[in-house]
Amino acid sequence: MERHFEHDLGELKERLLWMAGLAERGVHQAVQAVFQKDEALAKRVLEEEKAINEMQIEIDDRVMQLVALQQPMAVDLRFILSASRINNDLERIGDQAVNIAQSALRILRHPQVKPYVDLPRMSELAEGMVRDSLNALVHRDADLAKSVLIRDDEVDHLRDQIFRELLTYMMENSAVVFPAFELVLVTKNLERIGDHATNIAEDVIYMVAGRDVRHLAADRR
Amino acid sequence: MASLSPVRTVSTESNRNNVSVKSNPSVGTPQRFSLPPKSSVAADSGQRFKISALKVFYGPKEVLHGININISSNVVTAIIGPSGCGKSTLLRSLNRMTETVRRARMEGEVLLDGENIMNMDVVRLRRRVGMVFQRPNPFPKSIFDNVAYGLRINGHKGSLAAAVEHSLRRAALWDEVKDQLHKSAYALSGGQQQRLCIARALAVDPEVLLLDEPCSALDPVTTAKIEELLFQLKPSCTIVIVTHNMQQAARASDSTAFLLEGRLIEYQPTPKLFTTPSDPRTEAYITGRFG
Repeated sequence: MERHFEHDLGELKERLLWMAGLAERGVHQAVQAVFQKDEALAKRVLEEEKAINEMQIEIDDRVMQLVALQQPMAVDLRFILSASRINNDLERIGDQAVNIAQSALRILRHPQVKPYVDLPRMSELAEGMVRDSLNALVHRDADLAKSVLIRDDEVDHLRDQIFRELLTYMMENSAVVFPAFELVLVTKNLERIGDHATNIAEDVIYMVAGRDVRHLAADRR
Repeated sequence: MASLSPVRTVSTESNRNNVSVKSNPSVGTPQRFSLPPKSSVAADSGQRFKISALKVFYGPKEVLHGININISSNVVTAIIGPSGCGKSTLLRSLNRMTETVRRARMEGEVLLDGENIMNMDVVRLRRRVGMVFQRPNPFPKSIFDNVAYGLRINGHKGSLAAAVEHSLRRAALWDEVKDQLHKSAYALSGGQQQRLCIARALAVDPEVLLLDEPCSALDPVTTAKIEELLFQLKPSCTIVIVTHNMQQAARASDSTAFLLEGRLIEYQPTPKLFTTPSDPRTEAYITGRFG
């Protein structure tokens, strides 16, 4: 017999995944708006963020109710607390998507600074981290979550590389400062998305294994 | 030992800060970055009970299969587990109440402050290790006489009235009954009767108090009073409580032991056991997936 509580936990997880889907979609559309110079796509991201915000409030309500009414313990408690934190990270990922979309709208008004090479790689990495951190949640897979933590270093490395490159362009030609600066912001936003995915992965490890790996050196995770 | 405790370390640090504050009148602000001291449980003052390879038989049936557990002084230890797992038997072994069951037999060793309880005079043992049961069981006597009973048979010297008042105060019952001490104990409510039983147990100043589901017949308000009482008693008494109510174990105890089918499955500090238990059977039980 499936208990009422199990059903509620299942629903919480489903809603969280739904929200994750919205956040992932937001990020993907926002970076594509930059790469494909697609104004309509950027505007859609701004429009769709409302749904993410609504989901955040709904998930918070569910968490509050489960804690108040069911007094969850052990793995259930860890899941519910993780869900609450992941909820915040997803909402922040949604915000970062909006930031990227707004940059996209401003970048569109200028000629392209340079061919996009590293930026698509970085966005693929960051999107993959978000996706896998949520896959780790679904499958209770601590190893997959750990692989997300490792990938964050690659994202940071790409950010440094892109910053250096854009700086060179700006120093050479002051006419590109405005769009290049927007690209710096986009890069920073993508890096933050990787950080949020890292938080989610850390929460998954806590949920599955009961180990708190936040702020630990890589070899101790 | 004490100088090694984290609390002590932090306080010497803040003393050092205070000294250097003299030259700087901005009172209270630490000169150096430091974390606030962690509130901590009273330092472990040793083991009250050392239980090794404890087996209990009722007739031919073995209900405890060799329990090894140490119970620390001045903390609340909770024993949890599904019905029939042997938690009450374990509790009752600690003051040899199991002997009151016909054909019951104990094997193994239970040391109370290093002394084997099997070699102790049982009356003396039960004076040191008091017990409170699931259903309040006051004597058919006045409130006063219930508490005074144990004092009288132990030949109490000094003021009986003062001793009764002291026990009733420790059991958080004094204010409710001080004007009706000579009324029958049966006139009290269930929760008051239970606290009276605790006062009766405390009257002879036991070192250990065993409680066998003391709140299962009580409403939430009275339950909260008894849990608060356990907290108040900790500095002077070692408490072992058997409970079906997991939230109660989580709220009221410092360590929790999980028993299953006569075996000790897991014994941990309570916050650890209820957030990240080590054994999958503990996890399944406390999340309500069996038992």
